Amino acid sequence: MHRVPTSRPAASVAGAHAAPSRSALGVDEPPPRRVAEEPCGAVAVAPGVHWVGALDPGLRCFDLILNTGSGTTYNSFVVRGESGVAVIDTVKAEFADDFFRRLETVARYEEIRVIVLNHLEPDHTGALPELMRRAPQAELCISKRAPALLNALLKVSGDRVPAIRTLDTGDTIDLGGQTLQCLHTPFLHWPDTQCTWLAEAGVLFSGDIFGSHHCDERLFDDVCGEFHCAFDDYFAHIMRPFKRHVRAALELIEPLPIALIAPTHGPILRERPQVYVQRYRELATTRPIPPLDPDQPGLVILYASAHGGTARMAAAIRDGLEEGSGISVVLHELGCGDPRDAVDLIECADVLVIGSPTINGDAAKAIWDLLASLSLIDLNGKLAAAFGSYGWSGEAVRLIEERLRGLKLRVPVPGLRQKLIPNEAELVECRAFGRALANALNGAGAGSVIDFADLQ
Amino acid sequence: MAKAKITFTDIDQTVNVPAGTRVIEVSERIGAGIIYGCREGDCGTCMMHVEEGWNNLTEPSVLEEKVLRENMASRHDRLACQAQILGDCKVKPA
Repeated sequence: MHRVPTSRPAASVAGAHAAPSRSALGVDEPPPRRVAEEPCGAVAVAPGVHWVGALDPGLRCFDLILNTGSGTTYNSFVVRGESGVAVIDTVKAEFADDFFRRLETVARYEEIRVIVLNHLEPDHTGALPELMRRAPQAELCISKRAPALLNALLKVSGDRVPAIRTLDTGDTIDLGGQTLQCLHTPFLHWPDTQCTWLAEAGVLFSGDIFGSHHCDERLFDDVCGEFHCAFDDYFAHIMRPFKRHVRAALELIEPLPIALIAPTHGPILRERPQVYVQRYRELATTRPIPPLDPDQPGLVILYASAHGGTARMAAAIRDGLEEGSGISVVLHELGCGDPRDAVDLIECADVLVIGSPTINGDAAKAIWDLLASLSLIDLNGKLAAAFGSYGWSGEAVRLIEERLRGLKLRVPVPGLRQKLIPNEAELVECRAFGRALANALNGAGAGSVIDFADLQ
Repeated sequence: MAKAKITFTDIDQTVNVPAGTRVIEVSERIGAGIIYGCREGDCGTCMMHVEEGWNNLTEPSVLEEKVLRENMASRHDRLACQAQILGDCKVKPA
């Protein structure tokens, strides 16, 4: 049931200036707005903490990978202490005017002591160069992985290099009665990412973690529209490749007595923040139904077959792989359509073997669709191999191997190609290929010395 | 031509290579666990730890030193796409 806010105000607003026209900024007009009004000034979030971000209801595609039918927000915050002000993250460049207008309602530029950048992606640092110009005394506080990215972003040199402080877990910024503490949470979803914890108010400024692409002028989870699909979708597209790093970050986040999570996109989570932390724990678990033997490797063969040749190879390779490993292998034929099921299979697998016929000098489109979808998952440490039947030129296997290596997979056994429908002798070769893969999985060949010429 | 042995300790395999071969050329072919990004010494993805024979690799360039620093490399870490093998050594993914 949709919850209608009654007793709790959506937001208290500071300042009341009119928003500048997007067309005046040289940006296309967004689609017609919904009913609620965009807050003109800063919005109080917690004691001494204000939202000074921007709304982007017209965004329909984010980072080339994510449909954003509800638009998004770029959340940034001001924290006021007795001895200074911190700005936490900024907004996308074309929304800088909104950001500065809101910021000016709660702080003067000369009060800003630090600018904390939890994530350097341009949708959060677009207003940074102008903020640095207006508050030149402010120290930039970034994660210890961020300096190289910051240099690449700002492209500054000589005496224009800003004062930078790099932070690690436990490092603090004392604003007088408000203490910001760093949690080093890299690779969520860039190397530079970090979270900032305000202990006094129990506020976690989480960067992109716990974000959603959902734009609602009411800003808070308990009064905005349904956004839980957007929350899960955001994880699936942005955080899923980094599940290991999500789990490491949760080790730091879960013990905190969180009263409110302030992510950089979407609703601010104040009603039940722990629910979202628990949801991340669920989403970051690779196998929701634990396997009977968690140490047993997962083996999967995925293939497309035009006339049955690659399918016959796949079955024989499975026999060899099972014989060599003693483990049941999943055989999965790719058809037309969404490869999502196959991506899920590969996420759980330790060995993936990809088979494709060669069609017009290339691998089948279903294979490329799959291989183009694997950047959504963590492939670290997996073994891979390629095979396929072909008519006359047989380029597919080599192309797939190149892609597998490009995805940073280990390809320990050279790919296997056979002409058209394999005969019995060729199926024996397929079974040997499967056993060789099993040997690589078992670490056979360890301790041996190979001549470089034999690897050519 | 002078030869050298490089051992990839993560898969416990050793390869006899001509001196001057880059680590990347060997590790990809043998299927060792070092992973590669840009392959031109810029991204730091292929950082490896040299367990033995640190002095048997070519000296890191100024640019490689910079990338190693930015990626918080430990002592005896190198970029596998840059280091050339001059004598016997043992390496593993960093």
